[in-house]
Amino acid sequence: MNPASHGLKITEQDGVSRIDFVERNILDEANIQQIGESIGAVVDASPRPRLLICFENVEHLSSAALGALITVNTKVKARDGQLRLSNIRPQILEVFRITRLDRLFVIHGTAEEAMDTFG
Amino acid sequence: MAASHPDSGPHHTGDASEVRRGVVVMHDVRAEIDRLQDTVLVDVAEVGFDEASTFAIRLALEEAVANAFRHGNAEDPSKTVTVRYAVSSHEIHLAVEDEGPGFDPGAVPDPTEDANLEIPSGRGIMLMRAYMTSVEIVAPGNRIEMIFRRD
Repeated sequence: MNPASHGLKITEQDGVSRIDFVERNILDEANIQQIGESIGAVVDASPRPRLLICFENVEHLSSAALGALITVNTKVKARDGQLRLSNIRPQILEVFRITRLDRLFVIHGTAEEAMDTFG
Repeated sequence: MAASHPDSGPHHTGDASEVRRGVVVMHDVRAEIDRLQDTVLVDVAEVGFDEASTFAIRLALEEAVANAFRHGNAEDPSKTVTVRYAVSSHEIHLAVEDEGPGFDPGAVPDPTEDANLEIPSGRGIMLMRAYMTSVEIVAPGNRIEMIFRRD
């Protein structure tokens, strides 16, 4: 694993940076801070970032992880970029619904569907 | 108080009764938090709660303990968080106490308001309230007591 992308797998695909979580649990605050910094670096590396964050492996996440995602979303918007989330399992999707963050983020069922929506 | 529990391991009592109880005193170390969650969740699963229940319990414990260390103890590594739990076949009681001065839960803004959606913090308490049957923040605010009851 690339040490700069601790806990993440980052791949470039059709002009989109696809980010996959390696861990099942996104809970540890120090780890979440690193993840936020790693994704932030991807955003900063592009004049108009296009990001897909794929949650396929994620079974648990904390409100601190939601906070890191909100910060990423704000950075992407500031650069007039695009952020999509995908492959969120139903229990985690419920967390997004309860917090109403399903209205803040653009969420797709699969990575393929999400990839088709980048402008 | 926390300091009166030199052994931070879980204490199971009353194996003949239906209630499994424990007290865990933790420092802000991920391995200790994980061990607490695993210990409680083994009991929760063994008395017959389903996977959705264990998801809810893990989430509530995670949020309560994270708040206790971050906000309650203000990340002071010398301070501990004490978790008491009691698990029976029909309900689960959790109490999480920190060594901080407490806080006024009424002063925490509603994170689901449109104006607050992009604020990256302040969702822990509302998630606990959403997933638990009852949540009480005991004055002065350094202890939170939660109950999860089987439907």
